[in-house]
Amino acid sequence: MTAGVNAFLEFMGNLGLFALRAARRAFLPPFEWLMIWNQIGEIGWRSLPIVLSSGFAVGLVLTLHTRSTLVRFGAESMIPTVQSLSFFNEIGPLVAALLVAGRVGAGIGAELAGMRVNEEIDAIEVLSLDSFKLLVIPRIIACVLALPILTVFMDVAGIAGGFLAERSASHISLHLYLNRAFSLVSWATFIPPTLKTAVFGFIIALVSSWFGYNAIDGSVGVGRAATNSVVVSSLLIILTDVILVKAIFFLFPETAI
Amino acid sequence: MNDEKTIPEQTRPDVVFEKVSKAFDGRPVLNDVSFTIAAGEALCIMGRSGTGKSVTLKLMIGLLEPEAGGIRIHGQNIVGLNEDGLSQLRHRMGFLFQSAALFSLFSLSDNLAMPLRRFTKKSQEEIDHAVQKQLEEVGLGNDRHKMPAELSGGMRKRAGLARALILQPSILLADEPTSGLDSVTAGEIDDLLLKLKEKGKTTMVIVTHDICGARRVGDRVAVLDGGRIIAMGKIQELQRNENALVNALVSEQGCHEH
Repeated sequence: MTAGVNAFLEFMGNLGLFALRAARRAFLPPFEWLMIWNQIGEIGWRSLPIVLSSGFAVGLVLTLHTRSTLVRFGAESMIPTVQSLSFFNEIGPLVAALLVAGRVGAGIGAELAGMRVNEEIDAIEVLSLDSFKLLVIPRIIACVLALPILTVFMDVAGIAGGFLAERSASHISLHLYLNRAFSLVSWATFIPPTLKTAVFGFIIALVSSWFGYNAIDGSVGVGRAATNSVVVSSLLIILTDVILVKAIFFLFPETAI
Repeated sequence: MNDEKTIPEQTRPDVVFEKVSKAFDGRPVLNDVSFTIAAGEALCIMGRSGTGKSVTLKLMIGLLEPEAGGIRIHGQNIVGLNEDGLSQLRHRMGFLFQSAALFSLFSLSDNLAMPLRRFTKKSQEEIDHAVQKQLEEVGLGNDRHKMPAELSGGMRKRAGLARALILQPSILLADEPTSGLDSVTAGEIDDLLLKLKEKGKTTMVIVTHDICGARRVGDRVAVLDGGRIIAMGKIQELQRNENALVNALVSEQGCHEH
């Protein structure tokens, strides 16, 4: 028990130091623009299909579930509103972050661990290049930038899925659906929850890079780094979400109504 | 120990190990190891697997820090050196990794061009020319656009050697440059190292299990066992050594003259 607590505290301490190192190095030249651009493509662009398809499916299913309940109370006109608020406030940001944690987190963990095991990171160091700046910082910046954009796509796909489900059930027009969907949406209900995913992006890249960058034990270590990256970053995203939601309620009280 | 101020530049050894000890998780790997390597000399380090040969190379280039002792490269103590100091040191050193460790995301030419882009003021045209020349020297002139995954084991080693030499280092560290290669390809790698040695400008430290290559390329051989150097000298001297391990390692059976 004590050993487990010690190991957890040691991990969090090391992760904190890794985060401080990243925060400090991110603003110091040279800036690896090419690597950052490549990572935005890898992390953002290539995650788009899974985000769009998942968002559409979740939106569709959510409408099917909420419809049966709201119809009982004669509140079926609220379905588009419930759908959009659910997606903008929580489902879009959280599901997008968890999907990216699964796809990108495992990728970053395995890729960096493979480079560590194959001595590529040592090779970068002996060429007097800063491996942290070259490998970790671009991934963190790319995740921080890509997550909010992917969340917007997730929201749009979710509302599209919801519209399709509602259209097939009640033949509602697109114009009326959108009017109802955005009737209670304000910048305060859209911007803060979307921007909180930048924090999720930071967590995904930081945790995955830490496991990959510090991997040991050959091919076993590569597998372990990929698994741990997904598990720990997903857990931290959910825990951080609780704190961020409370912070948003505090800073933007109108969103708590 | 000699103070660096008292040693004239031209006679100062390039590499000095002074009672170096290194352990991993409390398990000693090197124990009080001392040796010197003169400028332009080629030293081959031999020994059983897991005796600290690769660790010795990584200590020389600052990838690892010793628990005790001093390491001097070009007269400068590198133990405890900060990142800038290590970076300056590494500009003058090349490292050929056992796995070649090419950057899998980049083409062969980009692997070589990366340090030139970062540390020289050469134009893109000059960089392309330097990369092409270096690749031609290792026989890969027609493969510059290939990705590392498209290369054979021998080609990867040659590419790794080309990258290690691209900044024209004064010290080359090579970790098992011929391991996993057939005797013909291993001979080609040895030829490249020999050619480099004949130019006389590069000090070489080569970790190897290949006595044939060590005999061709090395001026001296050091045998590591149990974390200590148990024998060091010219091959002919070691062949007269009474230690059974030293004899087994430097036995020349099966070597062909190239």
